[in-house]
Amino acid sequence: MITTTIAAIKNPALSIRSLTVAYDRNQAVRDVSVDIKKNTVTAIMGPSGCGKSTLLRALNRMHELYENISMQGQVLIHDQNIFDMPAIRVRRTMGMVFQRPNPFPTMSIYDNVVAGYKLNGIRLKKKEKDGIVERSLQDVALWEEVKDSLHKKGNFLSGGQQQRLCIARALAFNPEIILLDEPTSALDPIATSKIEDLLVKLKEHYTIILVTHNMSQAARISDYSLFMYLGELIEYGKTKNMFTNPGDPRTEQYLTGKIG
Amino acid sequence: MEAAIKMGYEDRSSFRMRKDKLWMIMVVVLSLLTASPILLIIYKLVMEGYRQISLAFLIENTPDTFAAMTAVAGGERIPGGIANGITGTFLMIIMASLIAIPVGILTGIYLYENQGKFLANVTRNIAEILQGVPSIVLGLISYLWIVKHVTMGFSALAGSVSLSVMMLPMIVRSTEETLKMIPVALKEAALALGTPYHKVILRVLIPTGFSGLLTGILLGISRILGETAPLMLTALGSSVINLDITEPTSAIPLLIWEFYNDPNMVGLIWSSSLLLMILILLLNIISRQIALKRK
Repeated sequence: MITTTIAAIKNPALSIRSLTVAYDRNQAVRDVSVDIKKNTVTAIMGPSGCGKSTLLRALNRMHELYENISMQGQVLIHDQNIFDMPAIRVRRTMGMVFQRPNPFPTMSIYDNVVAGYKLNGIRLKKKEKDGIVERSLQDVALWEEVKDSLHKKGNFLSGGQQQRLCIARALAFNPEIILLDEPTSALDPIATSKIEDLLVKLKEHYTIILVTHNMSQAARISDYSLFMYLGELIEYGKTKNMFTNPGDPRTEQYLTGKIG
Repeated sequence: MEAAIKMGYEDRSSFRMRKDKLWMIMVVVLSLLTASPILLIIYKLVMEGYRQISLAFLIENTPDTFAAMTAVAGGERIPGGIANGITGTFLMIIMASLIAIPVGILTGIYLYENQGKFLANVTRNIAEILQGVPSIVLGLISYLWIVKHVTMGFSALAGSVSLSVMMLPMIVRSTEETLKMIPVALKEAALALGTPYHKVILRVLIPTGFSGLLTGILLGISRILGETAPLMLTALGSSVINLDITEPTSAIPLLIWEFYNDPNMVGLIWSSSLLLMILILLLNIISRQIALKRK
């Protein structure tokens, strides 16, 4: 059921090849192979504990922070395996946004946006920085709201604004791919819909991979969907097809609320 | 209530109320009792010490016995001050901090990064044991290491080394605890931006936990500020201001001990103690304020 979709995508943004991730001995993601199409929103969904976040975090090698996690398989970007690249380069190619907004509390809004440059010791002229800050904040539709308080610390922002700031921080570094790990699960419906609109708009320039436990969110904004169950990739295809005509009985059960 | 009485339970609420009141009184009285020593100490120090405190007390050296004796006999204020002790204390604390802060913070980072590993556990336990080592023993060790082999005589350096060893466990502990309280999400956010690991620590973790680290350092300093025993074996004391780290140096607590041994100088004990108390209280209040602000 997987093989049918791999061949269908030409010139993918990212190819995952037999990726297995294990916590100690427990395989949380088992032998997943998938191609992600450029300039699309791809949603990874499935019931909790199915390994969707684990899969996403494997893509920018976040797991390497923890010693009990082991990874096998390949993730190819421009035909290069990310596990052979320096981790720092991988993470610069793939920006990540986390479940809870996590702006740096000691930095101003301005510094948060250019944090990627600051933390990497890349010196920019004031003008360049100003440009990046304005462009990134406009991309996430936050510019109008914060342009007068750029040099204040970000903790007075609402959760939704903070999350958009975190997306801006990821965008500022000009990544090719943006990974989002349930970016709206800590937000209210209004903030959620703002971020959803934003993601649809952003796919013009970026490839977006989104983990969500919210089926209707996947249906609303994603072009492709990946359904995972118990660590395995069950089904992958166009979201529309999957929701109207699921190919696997487990997908159908999940979509109709019988599992998860 | 009536239903309860009908069912055979008697009304015991007034008894409970009295019990409650008695309990409350006990708590208040015992709390006051706990607070009273510090209040009594401060009262005594202020009453006995304020007469000696003046500008001269802060900027002049300790008087010689004869001058003090004449003053006491004439019923006057004892001349001179404890400038040699104040400068010595600051000199040794600065040097002890210069040794203990970098070592302590780096050790704390190491422990934080290697939770549950054998070497980290051993280090943490050793640091905890170190905290329990009697200060006089640290003085003895510093005497053997520094006085006998490095400075070839009593010195401020030897005093600083013994004090820095006393500070070290507190800084290690507070660094580790502070870093542990920083959400992992922040570390991940920094790493997700492709930040090299050392910069995550220097630019994200340390600034975020800065007030926590500072609190640990200030409490460490306030702990060594009043240490006397190790200094007796290392810095020895001096009757003039000394800023040479290889020479014997005085300190406020050392002077208190010296004043105690000289019947003519007893008047200076109280004012020196008062100054020491004020410094320690200030450090405690500042560190408390910083810790509060953090929350």
